Formats: sequence, C-alpha cells, structure tokens
Amino acid sequence: MKGHLRLILTNLRRHKMRAAFSVAGIGFGVAAMLTIVSIVLGAIGMFQSILAKESHYVVFEKNVSDLFFSSVKMEQVAALRLLPGVERVDAMLVGIVSSPNHPIITCFGVEASDPLIRKAHWLSGTPSRFGMEPGTVYVGQRAAQFLKAEEGRSIRIGKGEFRVGGVLRTDNGFEDGGVFMPLPLAQEYFHREGLVSVGTVKLKDPSKGGIFQRDVEHQFEDLVALENKEFNQSYSQFRILSFTSWAVGICSFLLGGMGVANTMLMSVFTRIREIAILRVCGFSKTQVAGLVMGEAAVVAGVGVASGFAVGLLVLKTMNTAPQFQGYVQAVVRPDILAAIVVIAFATALGGALYPAWYASKIQPADALRFE
Amino acid sequence: MTMNTTEPVLEARGVWKSFDAGRIPVIRGVDLKIARGELVALWGTSGSGKSTLLHLLSGLDVPDRGNVTVLGQSISSERARLQLRRTQTGFVFQLHNLIADLTLEENLRIPAMAAHKTEGETRARIAELTDAVGLAHRVHHRIQDLSGGERQRTAICRALMNRPAIIFADEPTGALDEQTGGAIFELFKGLTIRENVTVVLATHERRFAEACNRILRMTNGTCEL
Repeated sequence: MKGHLRLILTNLRRHKMRAAFSVAGIGFGVAAMLTIVSIVLGAIGMFQSILAKESHYVVFEKNVSDLFFSSVKMEQVAALRLLPGVERVDAMLVGIVSSPNHPIITCFGVEASDPLIRKAHWLSGTPSRFGMEPGTVYVGQRAAQFLKAEEGRSIRIGKGEFRVGGVLRTDNGFEDGGVFMPLPLAQEYFHREGLVSVGTVKLKDPSKGGIFQRDVEHQFEDLVALENKEFNQSYSQFRILSFTSWAVGICSFLLGGMGVANTMLMSVFTRIREIAILRVCGFSKTQVAGLVMGEAAVVAGVGVASGFAVGLLVLKTMNTAPQFQGYVQAVVRPDILAAIVVIAFATALGGALYPAWYASKIQPADALRFE
Repeated sequence: MTMNTTEPVLEARGVWKSFDAGRIPVIRGVDLKIARGELVALWGTSGSGKSTLLHLLSGLDVPDRGNVTVLGQSISSERARLQLRRTQTGFVFQLHNLIADLTLEENLRIPAMAAHKTEGETRARIAELTDAVGLAHRVHHRIQDLSGGERQRTAICRALMNRPAIIFADEPTGALDEQTGGAIFELFKGLTIRENVTVVLATHERRFAEACNRILRMTNGTCEL
C-alpha cells in the first residue's frame, strides 16, 4: 500500500502544474457547490423559520407558485381561528420593497401579537406601541444599519416615507434585514386591502393535524393547509432553488472532472513505457488501473480539502460582509459536506475511468518494441 | 511447482510470430529447450528476431502459432503469463528501464509489490541483492544519480527480486562501455550460479555469446541450435 502510494505521489509530483490544475478544478467544484448550496439552504431555512416561528401548519392560496402571490382573505383568517383545535393563527403579508441603493428589502406586514414582534429583541422602541402609531414602521437591526434608520427618524421605502418606530434584532437574516409594518399599513402600501399572504397556524394538539387539514379543505375551496415539514418539501420555490443550486454545483464539478480526465489521460500517454515496465514486473491490469484511479483519488482528496477551505472562507466572508445585508446565513450541514465529498470523488474517479482502462490495456511487448 | 531436473525449464514448440497482420514475419517456427541453470545466448544480428523471441519466451507477447511452456506449464493464457512474470521470470533490458524519479530501493520494491510480498521479505531481499551487486550504499539514491553500470546492476536486482527461475536479458550490455559491459556479464554469470537461475541472454556481441554455456544462433527469424 505504501509502495503504491509512493508511485502515485511520484507521478503527480512529476507534473506539478498539471496536477495542480486538476486539484484546482475539483477544488473549484467543491467550493462552488459548498457556497451555493449552503447559501440557498440558509435562505430556505431562514424563510422556513419565519413561517414556523410558533406554528404547526401554513395556510395559503391553492396553486400559487410563490407565497408573494398568495391571497388569503382576512375573513378566512378569522374563520380559521374559529376552527376546532386551533390555538392561534398569525396572518402575514409578505412583500418586496426597495429604497435608494437597496433594491430588495423584505417587508413583513404582521399584527402586534405576531411572534416575530413578540420574540424579537427590541433595541429601541417597544412592542406594545407596534401598530399604534400611524405611518410608522419598524426595522431589523441590519436594515437599520444600511438604511441609516433610528427611532423617530423618517426613512424612504419605495414611494413612501415612513417614521421609524423602533429597531429590533432577530436571529433570522431575512428578518434582520427587513422592515416590519403593521398589517393594515402593509395592506394599504401593497394595495392588498383585506388580504394576507399566509396564515401560520398553531394547533392545541399537533397530532390532530389531519382533522385540521380536512376542515380547511372542506371549508375553503381556494386554500391549502400544509404541515410545516410538508410545506418545506413541497413548496416549489424551495425545490427550484435547491435543484438549481445542486445543478450549478454539479456543472462546476463536471468541469473539474474533465480536468481530471485530461490530466490522467496525459499522465498515461506520457508514461506508456513505464506502465509497460510495471506490467513486465508483474503488475496486473487491475493494479495498473488502480494506480491511475489512485492518482485521481489523491487529486480529489486534495481538491476536496482545498475546496472546503476556500468555500468556508467565502461563506464566512459573505456572512459578515455588510454588502449582503445579512441575507446570507449559510447553513453547512454534515450531510451536504458528505454529499459534496461523494460527488467530488465520483467525478474525479469517473474522469479517470477511461485513462485507467487505457493504461490497463497497454501491452508490454507493443510498448517496448519501439525502444 | 516441482519438476524433474532433467525436464526443460523453458520450451518452445513451433513458435511463429509476425507483425502488420502477417505481412512482416519475424519468428518462423522456432523450437528450443533450455535446462535449469543454463546460461544461453540468443546470438544474432540486429533484426534477426532476438528481442521478439525473448518477448515470446518470457510471456510479454503471444505467438501467432506454437506453444511456449515454462516449468512444464503452458503460458498461452493471460493469467498464466501474469503469474509467470510475477513469480517465475525476470527481465533485463538494454536500457535499464528503471523509474528515474524513484530511489534504487523503491525500484526494487515494484516486483515485490506486484507479487504482494510482505515488507519483511521485501526488505531482506533488497538487502541481500544490493549487497551481492555492491550497491548496498546506494539504496536510497535516485536512479538519475546512478552511473550506467549501477543502473544496469539495479535492473538485474529488480529482475531477481521475486527469486525467478529464469532471467531474460535483452542486450543488457548494449548501452554500456566495454569494461562496464564485461563487468555486467560477469555479474550475470555469477548470479546464475549463486541464485541458481536460468539466463537467456540476447546479444549481438560474439565475446559474450561465446562465454555462455550454449549459443542459439538467430538468423532471419529462425533459431539454429
């Protein structure tokens, strides 16, 4: 084993630049996938946590592709609150607003009793005043920084001018970089009077969720109730985002895999005689192929290590960079890391398959005849 | 594997080989028998078919017709040829064909790796062989730092690593000066006795051929006993 590794490393050392480019190819794929997937999962997680603060079910308009387009009537919210087994329903209108130099700010239209307001850490202002003062909004800590907002001052959001009633801090990047409006003000601002995007429902007994779902289906033709976990799995935006991030990551891996294939092929072509000598010395075809695959595995291993280092550094930078307004809260999960390792090795070894097969087919006599 | 001492260690019967889809015949019906412990010269001019016959006898190549047996076993299958190369034969080339980036010791480990020898066996054999050829002090040197003679001695050690029954040597002195070539040939002769191996030596140099136990003269793809 030690001898095989020595042969593998010796060959990689012979062509340092070529090996380095292969490592860089795999490393780039690892870093790209880690960064993209972690950011997307972080974003999805943040969005999920907004909806699932104190609830078991999410109720929204049936057949909408995006919650921003969902319309639930306030009368329906009121009716939901009267359903048996329902402890509380929080109504939320979600919208995107902009301000000078900041094209995207998430706006949450909520009631004063919403857990978002109750559970936040208030840096200025008080939750008891939420919704009591006309034309007043409340901003997340990060939003306050980039909007240069503080209690009592006015800020411009989109076409409107609002007074800042307080600054609050949450653990969620979307919330921290967002603006909280009392629900009636948000409905007026977004021209959606009497409507909300979603109702989050807390049940007295979560095990009776099936009954609640049937009640909603029976009573509201245009609404659907999904358990939080079910919502996370089926919400099309999450699926699209997740699929896209994996697809982009895998594409970058394919480029890395082609780099490995090229390196390994060149490596085999430039040492046909050496491989022939190994065969003369008793190496089997499998052993020869194993050497080539071993080189690819070493390239993948170094690529994974360097890719993780670069990817984690990028994520750390993005997590703290003010330019990202706190919207990047990357989630690095062990299962994602494991998946990336598997894909990196599969790509590198896949790229080395043809070179390994070619090497194993080298006939010693043919290779040596041209001595 | 056991065998009667009178039984040939290597036998070829009606061996033919051609290249370019039969248009270039190289070996034409060779029959030969070589006994254990013999030092046999395949002597002939360039292009007479010495190297090709050596490849066929050693299992590096496959004859178009005929059969080669080593220690009584046919080597017609890929598996048999692999096993032969691993355990029963060693090969020395005109150019040493060592891996230049590796040390002398690492080059000697290659046949041992192929044959899955233990670390202890490998170390002991390397020490034994390098001591025998006067290279014990050079084991950790890279091949590129060795002289031509030292490289060829290393190649001989590599061929002997797995205690083969037969060594095939293809012009092993061809790339060396007269004095070094003579020393290498003497080393072969000594090792034949010391290691009790059969040596089949392809050479175009008459002085080396005449110093062998027997000469097989190669002419235009045929072998005269």
